[in-house]
Amino acid sequence: MAYHTTLATARSRAVVAESRHLLLTVAPGALWIIVFLVLPSLYLMSVAFMTNGPYGLPEMPLSLTSFQQLAGQGFLGWSPGNLMTLGRSLWQTVLSTVLVVLVAYPIAYYISQSDQRWRPIMLLAVVVPSWTNQVIRTFGWMNLLAPGTPLAELAEAMGMIAPNMGLYPSNFAVTLGLVYNFLPFMVLPLYAAFEKLNLSLVEAAQDLYASPLKTFWHAVFPQTLPGLLAGVVLVAIPAFGMYVIPELLGGGKGMMLGNLVANQFAGSANWPLGAAGAILMLIATFIGLYAMRRIGKRLGGGEEVVI
Amino acid sequence: MSAVDGKDAGTPEQHMTRKPAGARAPGGTHASESVSEHVGESFDDNAGENLGDTVNESVGESHGTNADQPALPRRAASSIQLKGLHKRFGNEVAALDGVDLSIQPGEFFTLLGPSGCGKTTLLRILAGLEALDEGQVVIGGRDVTEVPPHQRSVNTVFQSYALFPHLSVRDNLAFGLKMRGVAPREREARVAEMAEFIKLGSLIDRRVDQLSGGQRQRIALARALVCEPDVLLLDEPLSALDAGLRSQIQIELLRLQKRLGMTFVFVTHDQQEAMVMSDRIAVLDSGSLQQVGSPREIYERPANAFVARFMGHANLFDVTARDDSRSDAIRLTTPLGVLTAQAPGTGSLLLLRPETLDLRRRPASEFERHDVLENHLPGRVQERLYRGSHAEYRVEVAGVSVQVVVNNRGGQLPEVGDQVDVVVAAQDLITLRG
Repeated sequence: MAYHTTLATARSRAVVAESRHLLLTVAPGALWIIVFLVLPSLYLMSVAFMTNGPYGLPEMPLSLTSFQQLAGQGFLGWSPGNLMTLGRSLWQTVLSTVLVVLVAYPIAYYISQSDQRWRPIMLLAVVVPSWTNQVIRTFGWMNLLAPGTPLAELAEAMGMIAPNMGLYPSNFAVTLGLVYNFLPFMVLPLYAAFEKLNLSLVEAAQDLYASPLKTFWHAVFPQTLPGLLAGVVLVAIPAFGMYVIPELLGGGKGMMLGNLVANQFAGSANWPLGAAGAILMLIATFIGLYAMRRIGKRLGGGEEVVI
Repeated sequence: MSAVDGKDAGTPEQHMTRKPAGARAPGGTHASESVSEHVGESFDDNAGENLGDTVNESVGESHGTNADQPALPRRAASSIQLKGLHKRFGNEVAALDGVDLSIQPGEFFTLLGPSGCGKTTLLRILAGLEALDEGQVVIGGRDVTEVPPHQRSVNTVFQSYALFPHLSVRDNLAFGLKMRGVAPREREARVAEMAEFIKLGSLIDRRVDQLSGGQRQRIALARALVCEPDVLLLDEPLSALDAGLRSQIQIELLRLQKRLGMTFVFVTHDQQEAMVMSDRIAVLDSGSLQQVGSPREIYERPANAFVARFMGHANLFDVTARDDSRSDAIRLTTPLGVLTAQAPGTGSLLLLRPETLDLRRRPASEFERHDVLENHLPGRVQERLYRGSHAEYRVEVAGVSVQVVVNNRGGQLPEVGDQVDVVVAAQDLITLRG
């Protein structure tokens, strides 16, 4: 009896010591996150429920006006502008993510099947552009898509755009910019998945009468699913909140939620509306993550990727 | 294994679940009934290692009783003809260098050899997973040399099992049937039947990563068998199992093959496994066939020194001279002395299997009478490894070391240092090519 008690005490003491030790290691990081992420986020959220003051700063009393404004209710009655921006953000996110997947999948496969010596160089070629400033790269696209450039003239010749219009500003240019910008974030996790592809599963599928297409779908695709889901998370979430690319390539009709929020804190000076937009973004992101998790579970893989 | 079979054959529900399967079989309910009869026998829980020495007998028996009443297979077994197979990977030495082979319908045929001998390449060529540089593959009378794997009626049990980790046991078993376009109802019936047949019915809804090694091994086997292929290919399917389970599954697999009458092509590097299981064995080395024959032929009449050494312990000595002058016997001069043989063949290497030799203790007084008795080689025991059922000796004869295995019949076993005669039976003497 006494022995057991001593053992229990010793054990609980050890647990206490261990947790204290753990706390000390985690504390700096936790403190950083609390001070610079959690507290500002809480402040931002509370701002959304305040009233917009005459100088654009949040004031008391609490109200839901900002959410009404976000839904389109303004001085001049209801307008669909904000909701269209939300819809456009969602559409641009889905479209560009799908396109990124379609472009990245063959690239990642090709690199994984290439000669061992060339793989690092090929991966580097994919990653290096993302080392340059995003704004500069986007300006580069402006030069490529401007009126009179070969791409614009080609589109003109094919009758896709009006003469002398150029390919930007447009929603097309935004999609293009997003796909270009996020490609590395999809290629890398997919490459990792392809690299550790279990070929014997592929052979087993072939052996069990699966045609090449079915072999891909049943034996290759499920194995790359964790990488694919990781890539989707890495691409879709930042794409949804993207500011620079729609700002530079999108023009007035290419605006996304990120621009709407940014404008409320800068030009239009309506902090509560901006905060409400940010909350909307958060909610949409969580819904998206939840949907991904469901899909991942359903397809049987990648649960560890999507929290 | 015993942990997984929750049900025993013969409950009414099980007969019901098997009914659709029987309706599909050409033989009607007879086929399905014979399946259910054999479920109990097929994966016998009591089939442990201790059955090792009686297995040949019991296999012969089950073969006899089931020959007129086949269980699962509903089609005739297929033969295989391989002609002039050549395969080279990159600039390396040839993986297969002119292999010709003919495998009979219903045969348990083993490809045996050390790692890198080309046996797995040969199996993969049969499966269609590896392309040939030269040669022809004919399975069941059909030239399949250019046929892709998914169009060959051949299934493989992979060394790593290669079960689909994202699918349940049921979906793994159903995979091949689904890909072949078998209707869902028939598919389910056949999967259920197969799951019962291998006694894993209770695990059918598990995910494969929740199974033990032995269970996975069976699922891999069942996944291939449920497709009822012309030929079943097995790529070292037992190598990942521990020794006890391994010998148990060896026996089960052997009985299964005899019952199904299906052509099995089995790859292994383990000569014991090959001898226990096979009807015939092909020994491969460096991409070419060394010998094809029954286990006894391969072991007792090896074609060359490589086969002799690979199949078991072998004492090999150069024959320096041979004297054919006597009509009833041939006298061979070897480093051990002169030996009398009956029909040794014309090779230049003498093979003495350790267990064909015997040891006689020789009183010290007689030791000077050198070579009085024919094929009695005087020597001295250098080493003895006592193994209970037998003892392994190393005996020095004329300055040369000879391995001898003596069965422990309860009599005296010579000790280290004893003067002995190594007794060679004239009819056991054979010579090999170098």
